[in-house]
Amino acid sequence: MPHDGHDDHSELSPIALRVKALESLLVEKGYVDPAALDVLIDTYETRIGPRNGAKVVAKAWTDPAYAKWLKDDATQAIASLGFTGRQGEHMVALFNTPEIHNMVVCTLCSCYPWPVLGLPPVWYKSPPYRSRAVSDPRGVLKEFGVTLPEKTKISVWDSTAEIRYLVVPLRPANTENLSEEELAGLVNRDSMIGTRLAGRTA
Amino acid sequence: MMTCRPIFLSPILNPPDLKDPVFNEPWEAQAFAMVVKLHERGHFTWSEWAETLGAEIKSWDAPYYEHWLAALEKIVEAKGLMSQVERLNRVEAWDRAAHATPHGQPIELSRS
Repeated sequence: MPHDGHDDHSELSPIALRVKALESLLVEKGYVDPAALDVLIDTYETRIGPRNGAKVVAKAWTDPAYAKWLKDDATQAIASLGFTGRQGEHMVALFNTPEIHNMVVCTLCSCYPWPVLGLPPVWYKSPPYRSRAVSDPRGVLKEFGVTLPEKTKISVWDSTAEIRYLVVPLRPANTENLSEEELAGLVNRDSMIGTRLAGRTA
Repeated sequence: MMTCRPIFLSPILNPPDLKDPVFNEPWEAQAFAMVVKLHERGHFTWSEWAETLGAEIKSWDAPYYEHWLAALEKIVEAKGLMSQVERLNRVEAWDRAAHATPHGQPIELSRS
């Protein structure tokens, strides 16, 4: 933080003051435990992230029984790998095929499958993505560098507070000899939202 | 003029193994965590939260976590966890405390 030009007293930004006011009151009243807040933040910043989702996808690519389970009951299939939701959301896995490409958006706010993908990227929360994913999905994909064949249909799924979607991207060609772990390395975060494809050039 | 915020210097701005930082500023992380914890304790349902946040996002243009914070201020009031007067008084108290704190020292409410 630059130290040039500061006064000899401290200052908090208006927004930091609002956050401190809320937090100190909630702590005093016993509604939240400050240590628990720190643990939660650390968890989301360092331990939960798109790698969880990548493991789910790689397992579905290599294990047909798991893929079927994921298709039938994604919430349980994902929980079996240790990734469970804090908000009790119901998970649905959307399998991309050569005929249908799935893409996820939340037009209301920014509902997102945190347990498998971590916190949403900035663009996912932006108004342009939230509106254009619905009105012009092909155009949005192009901006992400993805051009699908004309015959591939695009399905756009709007998340809600109750249902979160995980896209299972198509397995890249010529990956038959890769291990599940190596395959997970090919699954980038955006491919599980449906705005990119899986593969080496993430 | 640069605003100096000593107590907000925190290593969480640089998460070790993620390309994009999850939070741009520490206050975003705090606001995020308060909502998740209050929900976990049953003070509101996740649907109620999504509705409150969605209403903020729809009604004005701002960065995501500013909407988040405004929605949190509304929902704690709606759920009777604190009153608006109480909250605004506390904002002022923190402001006074910050101004009474010599640069580089932790800001404490007792200075307000």
